Amino acid sequence: MSEITLQIDGREVKAEEGMTILEAAQSAGIYIPTLCHHEKLEPYGACRICTVEIEARGRTNLVAACLYPVEQNLVVRTRSERVDKTRKVLLELMLAHAPDAAELQDLAQEYGADKGRFEKESSFCILCGLCVRYCAEVKKKNAIGFVDRGTRREIIFIPEIASKECWDCKECFPLCPTEALQATFLLTKALMSPPPPSAPESEE
Amino acid sequence: MPKINSPAELEKLREGILSRRDPNKPCIAVCTGTGCLALGADKVVAALKEEIKKHGLEDKVDIKETGCPGFCERGTVVVIYPEEICYLQVQPDDAEEVISQTILAKKVIKRLLYVDPTTSEQAVRESEIPFYKNQMRLIIGSNIKLDPKSIDDYLALGGYSALAKVLSQMTPEQVLEEVKKSNLRGRGGGGFPAGRKWEECRNAPGEVRYVIVNADEGDPGAFMDRALLEGNPHSVLEGLSIGAYAIGSHEGYIYVRQEYPLAIENVTIAIKQAEEYGFLGENILGSGFDFTVKVHRGAGAFVSGESSALMTALEGRVGEPRPKYIHTAVKGVRDSPSCLNNVETWANVPLIINKGADWFARIGTEGSKGTKIFSLVGKVNNTGLVEVPMGITLRDVIYKVGGGIPGGKKFKAVQTGGPSGGCIPEEQLDMPVDFDELTKAGSMMGSGGMIVMDEDTCMVDLARYFLNFLADESCGKCVPCREGIRQMLKILTNISKGKGREGDIERLEELSQVTKDASLCALGKTAANPVLSTIRYFRDEYEAHIKEKRCPAYVCKELISYYIDPDKCKACMICLRQCPTGAIAGGKSQIHVIDQEKCTKCGTCFEACPPRFGAVKKISGEPVPPPIPEEARMIARESKEK
Repeated sequence: MSEITLQIDGREVKAEEGMTILEAAQSAGIYIPTLCHHEKLEPYGACRICTVEIEARGRTNLVAACLYPVEQNLVVRTRSERVDKTRKVLLELMLAHAPDAAELQDLAQEYGADKGRFEKESSFCILCGLCVRYCAEVKKKNAIGFVDRGTRREIIFIPEIASKECWDCKECFPLCPTEALQATFLLTKALMSPPPPSAPESEE
Repeated sequence: MPKINSPAELEKLREGILSRRDPNKPCIAVCTGTGCLALGADKVVAALKEEIKKHGLEDKVDIKETGCPGFCERGTVVVIYPEEICYLQVQPDDAEEVISQTILAKKVIKRLLYVDPTTSEQAVRESEIPFYKNQMRLIIGSNIKLDPKSIDDYLALGGYSALAKVLSQMTPEQVLEEVKKSNLRGRGGGGFPAGRKWEECRNAPGEVRYVIVNADEGDPGAFMDRALLEGNPHSVLEGLSIGAYAIGSHEGYIYVRQEYPLAIENVTIAIKQAEEYGFLGENILGSGFDFTVKVHRGAGAFVSGESSALMTALEGRVGEPRPKYIHTAVKGVRDSPSCLNNVETWANVPLIINKGADWFARIGTEGSKGTKIFSLVGKVNNTGLVEVPMGITLRDVIYKVGGGIPGGKKFKAVQTGGPSGGCIPEEQLDMPVDFDELTKAGSMMGSGGMIVMDEDTCMVDLARYFLNFLADESCGKCVPCREGIRQMLKILTNISKGKGREGDIERLEELSQVTKDASLCALGKTAANPVLSTIRYFRDEYEAHIKEKRCPAYVCKELISYYIDPDKCKACMICLRQCPTGAIAGGKSQIHVIDQEKCTKCGTCFEACPPRFGAVKKISGEPVPPPIPEEARMIARESKEK
């Protein structure tokens, strides 16, 4: 692995080839906010709150720090007018779903995001996918997944799997940055109990 | 069929095919592309075959079921060779006359010819019709000359000679240089230089390399890739094989959307034929080069046309985009270097090889070379597929090729580039069709959708339409795209309902910026284009909706009312009878009045009122005048009867 030197917020940072900007920043103790990131999971790049400004090959661009691979002499700014404005609007968009989520509120304060800017949405879920990916990548159970796409996308427990796997696990619960996951689980639980007569458990 | 083992054998085969064909033998080519099929082209073919049989002409006349020549507005299109007589809007009932008059008596049937609406002149040949005359049909022009299910037809037109040329006379590097020199840019949307992509893929580390045809065409109103894959599948396969040779790939895919059954059928047949002849498979034309192609059917997601999403879908997973900080040309399908180009891009390749990069680079503008096929649709007289040289002005495309706006209406804007593109207004119509110019104007070339709009189009409603499409078709993974589109759509819907608020335009601009800056893939990065370009050129329309609650194009239902002018109403009862909600009061000799409470603004009365009366009015942004008092509604008529 060859060593790469890049500049983050004016500081020279050493990183290894293949690392992301986020990893390089974290190793140097530089903070970049994240929501959908988890060290046990593959980078996902959905919440975009880790958006940073980079200068490479003479161009300035916004990229997701959790995904962008470090390059020699890359210049990164974790805060700038453009970065802050982007994060503010992203937070306002997510706050329309989960106005009272503590993690979002803390960030909202930092970036001056107004939780009432956009009309309240019916779901608490910000679709960060932590639960879905944790269940798939770490637990390898796939008891929860995404359904549909676009603005209709949502998370759903798959009753057939959830009824077998979820009762004793629930490791995804503390990962959820909003209340959405528990709500979804409660809904599934209600649907699952009493189990339908055709369920395999009733065979004995 | 024995395998062809060398370029010399290919030429011999070609000579054999040509020697068995008499160029003077009458041939009736009928377009059986999807558009004409929908108009009943299969019945036209059946009727023609029946007539040929009736006259005992089976050995004397050929019938060819071809791909789409583009003039979909006037389907079913029939061209009779060798004279190249072009008949339009042909019906099964015309078959008898076509055979007895044109084939036997060598007479042209005048009523089936194209008539110029302005000069009333008739055009006998395809090349005399203004729609065709003003095009440069290098790619799509062959469609009407060949049966896509016949490889011999393709060979008769010189097919696979470019493949033979590269395999026998050129190194992969030379092919790459030729394509780079031609400056061919991707026809699928972004306009990335094809040669550079090929080179990047060729030089990327990895054992296996893939070449892929993107036939996941999904822009509303766009169908040029369908026409090519349906109408001339071998040209795409030949281009793909040449690319594979240059890149060093031995496996190719055609990713085609499920909704294109005929394209899937024809390209599947074409692959089989090419394998039989040895244009695909092992040791192609004795060169030692191996290459196979598989067809992969897409499951119906628009976003799967995006390169990384397409590759994820190819791997059998949900078609969601991946971050592309590393190009798919370097790390694509199963993390191997993968070169994805659009159908039309691949179809250009044999042409460049045969005629040379210098020839190709002479067509077009500085930054955009060759031709581009557009789906010209919307409020334009000649809808269909048009292939024009880059650099032609939008005005020429719409007026010379497209024949202008129907019904004497005024042109308002043209949307290029589909949902990711933008609107271009009248004052920019003299702009050349060019990747960079279109981007500068806030739109894009895209895959070649071109939707013409007249004065009856509301630009707020148009932006709302495209955002609504994208709200469904975004994969929904990243926040700026999913939530940005959701909120922009809400604001646009409110504006079109008269609930727009001060500051909405600025809110839209701010959301647009974030969606553009922060989204994961190109769908999100370009999603705001319809909003931004309509604000840029038609800001006054937004303001009229927001401030005056007025829709200047009289489209947004919540902002318009229908009103019958009592001075013009002749109490003819036509609108009254047709109103589906019974909202019109009146009677014989009683001036009609619309009950605004009951009216659903369907516009039936407006359409129904005879133009000579013109009594029904659309109004917007002003209160509906109070109904005329009942005692004043009687019309004194002069009796016509004695």
